Amino acid sequence: MSSELNPLARRPVEQRPVRVVSAHRSMRQRLRAIWDSRELLTYLVTADIKIKYKGTALGVMWSMVAPALSIGVYFLVFQVILKNGVPDYVVMLWAGMLVWTFFSAVVVNGTGIVVQRAGIVKKVAFPREILALSTVGTALVYFFLQLIVLGVLMGVMGHAPAWGDVWLLPLAFLGLLLLASALGIVLSAVNVYFRDMQHLVEVGIFLWFWLTPVVYSFQRTVAPMLGAKDLTWIYFLNPITPVVLTFQRVLYGQTMVTATTPDHAMLNVLPNWSALHYAVLNGVLIAASGVALIVAIRIFGRLQGNFAEEL
Amino acid sequence: MASVVEVQNVDKHFRLHKQRHKSLKDRVLHPGQGSFTDLHVLQDVSFNVGAGETVGVLGRNGSGKSTLLKCICGVLQPTSGQILVRGELAGLLELGAGFQPELSGRDNIYLSASMLGLSRRKVDGLIDEIVEFSELEKFIDSPVKFFSSGMYVRLGFAVAVTANPDVLVVDEVLAVGDERFQAKCMDRIRQFQADGRTILLVSHNADQVRALCDRAVVLEKGRLVADAPAGEAVRVFREHLLGGATVSKETNQIDGGVVIESMRGSNGSFMAQTGQRFEFEVTISSKLPVEGSFMMELYSQAGKLVVRTDPTQTPVSLSPGTQTLSVAIEDLPLMDGSYQVNLGIVSAEGNSVIAWREQIAALEVSYVGRGAGLVALRLNVH
Repeated sequence: MSSELNPLARRPVEQRPVRVVSAHRSMRQRLRAIWDSRELLTYLVTADIKIKYKGTALGVMWSMVAPALSIGVYFLVFQVILKNGVPDYVVMLWAGMLVWTFFSAVVVNGTGIVVQRAGIVKKVAFPREILALSTVGTALVYFFLQLIVLGVLMGVMGHAPAWGDVWLLPLAFLGLLLLASALGIVLSAVNVYFRDMQHLVEVGIFLWFWLTPVVYSFQRTVAPMLGAKDLTWIYFLNPITPVVLTFQRVLYGQTMVTATTPDHAMLNVLPNWSALHYAVLNGVLIAASGVALIVAIRIFGRLQGNFAEEL
Repeated sequence: MASVVEVQNVDKHFRLHKQRHKSLKDRVLHPGQGSFTDLHVLQDVSFNVGAGETVGVLGRNGSGKSTLLKCICGVLQPTSGQILVRGELAGLLELGAGFQPELSGRDNIYLSASMLGLSRRKVDGLIDEIVEFSELEKFIDSPVKFFSSGMYVRLGFAVAVTANPDVLVVDEVLAVGDERFQAKCMDRIRQFQADGRTILLVSHNADQVRALCDRAVVLEKGRLVADAPAGEAVRVFREHLLGGATVSKETNQIDGGVVIESMRGSNGSFMAQTGQRFEFEVTISSKLPVEGSFMMELYSQAGKLVVRTDPTQTPVSLSPGTQTLSVAIEDLPLMDGSYQVNLGIVSAEGNSVIAWREQIAALEVSYVGRGAGLVALRLNVH
């Protein structure tokens, strides 16, 4: 048994770490406390996943059912009924849904998490940001599961991604991760004071989905309309757009395809931007989301002082 | 010696909402309408706790003691001021608070230990000890939702005390499980003290504080009214309970070295019968002549105050030396049960304590009739 585990070996008081409880803690102190609780974060995430699928036969594969179902429905509507003619449309759909499922899960589940865990918030001291981050962690696990399934699907279909541009994926995902965390953290705190937030977020996320080019093609619908008036930038005010486009660009791999419709027309499904253009777009997103995350942690810090009494 | 816990000028305001959880609509339509009252729960509270000290926090309900504790644990943030804690702190605000009902006892040990700041590696080394202390070996791999409430708190207590914290904060949670387990908990607390660890104990049980603590602080309406050795703090706490809003500085002068030495039932025992007269003698020693009042409290087995006598009706004059007071309770109006007796000599107005003895005796009342309840009501029916 090491001396660290010996209950009788007490560190001298002067050498013990000092914890400060105050309404005015510096950003550094709080980030440090979050970092120190990283193990708790992994427990919360594994507990979350364990509990959700405990006693089910399919287990964690259930997390695939909802996204697979919506992908199936969109596929049926857009490809089979409306005959949009995009070959391997399911890959395009899946690439976008991957991003969207992660984002919406973090924002929707994050909003309710502090209220939902009122029991521990009122009785146990730990950095409350961890709760919002635990929804990020859970969504992260599902994201990678779905990414693997997509990989298998693409292998089976023989659909190759743009291998040379794969490095754009982590870049885009980093921006997405920072943005989703920022929103999750702010909304989880705000929801404690305005319980309407949970419902507003659900409605907002639904609208946001249709403002994001997941099921329809940005290049074939939005770009011609807005591009004619030089207003394409408006569409990029939606920070999820560049992430979805990057995932589609890399995983779908092609910008011009031959339609599967009888006329075999050439379809321009994705913008013909260079990899650098995507990198810049995502770089801007990462910078903005990084700032948003810092602001979010600040706002959370302001609001969390009263959590235990408001819940 | 460096302090382990430093409470520095802590203020805490609560907003008491008349209508909780305002909706967004209300906030937009009626901005700035103050539908809350401001409660000043803690006012400029400062004190230090040194390494190895056991400090009690006394105060009646609503005095802010639980709020103070929650601030020290970090569950609440002070409105202003700050609290420094050196080392790891385990707060027993509620046992098993972080448990997830669906997870097994073992998983919950890891989860709640990690909330107390323990790494997985440390828990790996301690888990056998935790399971053994909780006496739940057979059930540790079943979900805790199947645990009884007693098993639940036992596991919670086992995790917290085995977590090896530098500071342990206990909020009236020592009444855990059956008597045997309670004794085990108290043993563990004493072992903590022997190890030189720091304990903060919140209680409204003055005797527990006197028995366990070196020092105590007394809170009254959010203010710190005493920070003194346990015995002295308990005396101040008593005075506040008696309703003397001001602690007179002269209490030390009028105290005159009065000590309640002993109490003895006139028939040699503390057996009494409902409706009968019960006589007893109280031996008191005093250094100075003191004009005061005699006072008596009876507590039921459940710790509920049954009666506190009116001191203005029972003045006594004490002369220097040892003397015996003869006291009689006429027509004892209590039903059967065991009652704890507290005796005191208070100032003539009854707002400061000159001498006090807690649980000086247990009065055993027996009743032979067919009635039930706490008081023997004598009815006259015509």
